[in-house]
Amino acid sequence: MTGNPAGEGRPRGAANWAAKVDRLTVGEGGSRGHNVAGRRLTGPVQGFGKMWRKTYWIEVSPEIAPKAVIAIWKEHFGEFWPKANRFEAPLISLGAGDVALLDVSVGGGVRLSTGVFVLYADEESFTLMTPEGHMFAGWITFSAERAGAATQVQAEILMRANDPLYELAMSCGGHRKEDQFWIQTLSSLARRLGATTAVVRKRTICVDSRRQWRNAGMIWHNSMVRTTMRSMTSTFARRRQPKPAP
Amino acid sequence: MENSVTCAKVRKADGLTSVIDISGDVTAASEPALMSAYEEAAQQGARRLILNFTGLEYMNSGGIGMLVTLLVRANRNRQPLAAYGLSAHYREIFELTRLDEAITIYDDERSALAGGGS
Repeated sequence: MTGNPAGEGRPRGAANWAAKVDRLTVGEGGSRGHNVAGRRLTGPVQGFGKMWRKTYWIEVSPEIAPKAVIAIWKEHFGEFWPKANRFEAPLISLGAGDVALLDVSVGGGVRLSTGVFVLYADEESFTLMTPEGHMFAGWITFSAERAGAATQVQAEILMRANDPLYELAMSCGGHRKEDQFWIQTLSSLARRLGATTAVVRKRTICVDSRRQWRNAGMIWHNSMVRTTMRSMTSTFARRRQPKPAP
Repeated sequence: MENSVTCAKVRKADGLTSVIDISGDVTAASEPALMSAYEEAAQQGARRLILNFTGLEYMNSGGIGMLVTLLVRANRNRQPLAAYGLSAHYREIFELTRLDEAITIYDDERSALAGGGS
């Protein structure tokens, strides 16, 4: 952890947190940031669906220091994702306050353009928070620590589906797809760390089985619907353009 | 990362309210201390819980996640959750994570106790 020297008036570790933002801004995202720019952040308190805590972890050699794992993970974050998904960080390594854009394949040829905000980052962990319209409202914390005779590397998600449509999608194979996503990601990371035989373990806990119907209106921000509508509109507009004379 | 020490002591503030005095570090490793304090407050018959963060030294994102778990348990038992004693920095973190929309924040214990209806 990067603490602050005592006596500077800020609590220990304050620099690891992002500064407060009310709405997200996107630097160079262009049109790809349309589902992120101006959106508010959403945590597990705000979402619609059941609240889940999903933990995926691997064990690697104790000779690999937790700080080294997190440094590699931050710097090459998107490289460990399954193919057909794209992660675009604005800087070389993820830092608190950064906004990264993502294109996620959600199956059936449907792509979801969204983003994440780096809420917290220290040398042994970092946490991403999602914006309105993302599949889920919540946090994903990536961490590494010594655990017995190994270094344990973990991704933990605390989430609720953001709206009724996403909740339905999560119930109809979304959770399974998400499991596959993180298992593939951790397997790729394990290979990079030289742990070719590492097994990804997972634990899923339903923290709150109630749905928050007061947040059902979040469907208005649904990035999947908006991405699909946007691509249909641009296809239609292209077709309507007069063809150049031969 | 997880070798932190959390101290969570419970005291009754009035017939319906229990205060949990939290000191030290709040991280994911604080779960046993916080949940045991919650159980003790529930056994005291608390209908409302106030978290006192005056002694908080450090909190990371794992600690914020732990507070969400505590909040869910309190909500399930219809126990409103409030907090006071947060430094300006951690008050800002509560706002950034939008935890302040579920845990009412007060400046001090007196106003937290007076704000029982919120």
